[in-house]
Amino acid sequence: MNGDSFHSVTLDTQKCKGCTTCIRYCPTEAIRVRKGKAYILDERCIDCGECIRVCPNGAKKAVYDPLSAIEQFAVRVAIPAPTLYGQFDEHFSVNRILGALLKIGFTDIFEVARAAELVSDETASFISKAGPGPWISSACPAVVKLLQLRFPSLLDRLVPVVSPMEAAARIVKERLYPGRNDVGVFFISPCAAKVTVSRNPQGVASSAVDGVIAIKDVYLPIRNVLPYVQERPIATASAKGMAWAHIEGESEALALPKAISVAGIHDIIGVFEALENGKMKDISFIEALACPAGCVGGPLTVENPYIARARIRALEKHPQENHTKETENIELAFSSVLKASSGLRLSPDRVKAMLIFEEAEIILESLPGLDCGSCGAPSCRAFAEDVAKGDVALTACIFKLRENVRKLAQELILIESIQPPGLDTSDADDSI
Amino acid sequence: MILRYEVSGEDLSLAGRASAEVKRAMGRLGVEPADVKRTAVAMYEAEINMAIHGGGGLAEAELNSEKIVITMEDEGPGISDLNLAMQEGYSTASERIREMGFGAGMGLPNIKRNADEFFIDSSPGKGTKLKITVYFGKKEAV
Repeated sequence: MNGDSFHSVTLDTQKCKGCTTCIRYCPTEAIRVRKGKAYILDERCIDCGECIRVCPNGAKKAVYDPLSAIEQFAVRVAIPAPTLYGQFDEHFSVNRILGALLKIGFTDIFEVARAAELVSDETASFISKAGPGPWISSACPAVVKLLQLRFPSLLDRLVPVVSPMEAAARIVKERLYPGRNDVGVFFISPCAAKVTVSRNPQGVASSAVDGVIAIKDVYLPIRNVLPYVQERPIATASAKGMAWAHIEGESEALALPKAISVAGIHDIIGVFEALENGKMKDISFIEALACPAGCVGGPLTVENPYIARARIRALEKHPQENHTKETENIELAFSSVLKASSGLRLSPDRVKAMLIFEEAEIILESLPGLDCGSCGAPSCRAFAEDVAKGDVALTACIFKLRENVRKLAQELILIESIQPPGLDTSDADDSI
Repeated sequence: MILRYEVSGEDLSLAGRASAEVKRAMGRLGVEPADVKRTAVAMYEAEINMAIHGGGGLAEAELNSEKIVITMEDEGPGISDLNLAMQEGYSTASERIREMGFGAGMGLPNIKRNADEFFIDSSPGKGTKLKITVYFGKKEAV
């Protein structure tokens, strides 16, 4: 579970019925059904959470830390995503929600929304120096992985600035509690991919985040104490930072002319395809968030994304703006280069890959083209590639199997029709 | 290997499919990202031209481990003044096409910029033939 192959998105084999719903929605064709269970191809998974969202049996899940994980630290700092604020009824203020976090076991809080303000400023300053766009936001880890896997030619368009989560964790470790080793920083997350990047970070060598806890796991504990939490000033984030919870929030925070905001992994792919074709030369910035309506649509949330967004929009009208100096001069730039991923290559050897590709094209011609999913692959084409690679037999296609059975049956009839020479009267005539 | 596609001159919503397919194939083969981009930009532009001006036609991509050669052939009206068409910003696209966001110049100079070798043959009534070659591992996308 550790190392480069760690993914937050995993399968609960008990619950999986092998129904093939997830394989169709996966944007990177990273799932196959084998032996009646879904199987995730690690090298292709971008942790976008689409499969978690569509699985009718709740069998796709994200691995994250339990709330009890905070107990191993004396100082337990929650860094909540602004999405948390949209999960509860309108009459609970941000101050009270943050107060509730302190009641359920955390000893301190630093808002990711506050860090998002810094990241906004850093991003705007990077773009103003870096020249013409379009520049792509690196805030969504699934989008960054999508670029690495499917659009590596666009990696040099990524804004090389750490995420608000990482920035918040650094502020806690470097400014609020410098030099301490009894401090645990926990991201309160709407997002499965954030779990993955807290272990295998993007653009930095190691993450300052100690654990990631799902919003849906703190939802009930917070709800239970919320009515008893008094209003007191804790929140410091402004509208600019809070807006990062939903699509268009980051673009608004950057205030750049000609920005595109796109939410939902499939529409993002459309925008990146166009960008790779050389379109959108006059666009300065692309904000892309993999989940519907942005982070509020994350797979680890409870509330409907559009309701949550409306609530956060309302909160943005009552900004706190209670800034402190501990956030100055925090390093926000990437320290390592993001590499292309080879997950979609058919073989490390190009000539061999070409042979596989050609064979797959020939196999594809012979398939029904119904993309029925019975073989466990998302499309006939993906299946043809799997067969050409030698991962699976052609008869895993139910139509191919039927064809073979028919041929076999015809052969049987043919064999049956041949009589032993002594009994064969079919050519018998008077000439004998 | 050779990939062949028909490009429709009627349904512009399908324009770009052939270049998307070629791009996908290059990804499967592990062609360098910069070369994928150069090819994508050049072929997409040529495909859109063929759909808008050429009335559709045939696209062929021949790939080996060193290069890709794309041939685009249509039987459309052809280009009467090639020198003019090779100038930046020149366009003959109709109002309807421009409203769809296409046709701001034929992009021939852009195709040439992204290709390592570029060949065009066109005359009125005879259609247009384009040949674009991109060598792998050579230079950055423009």
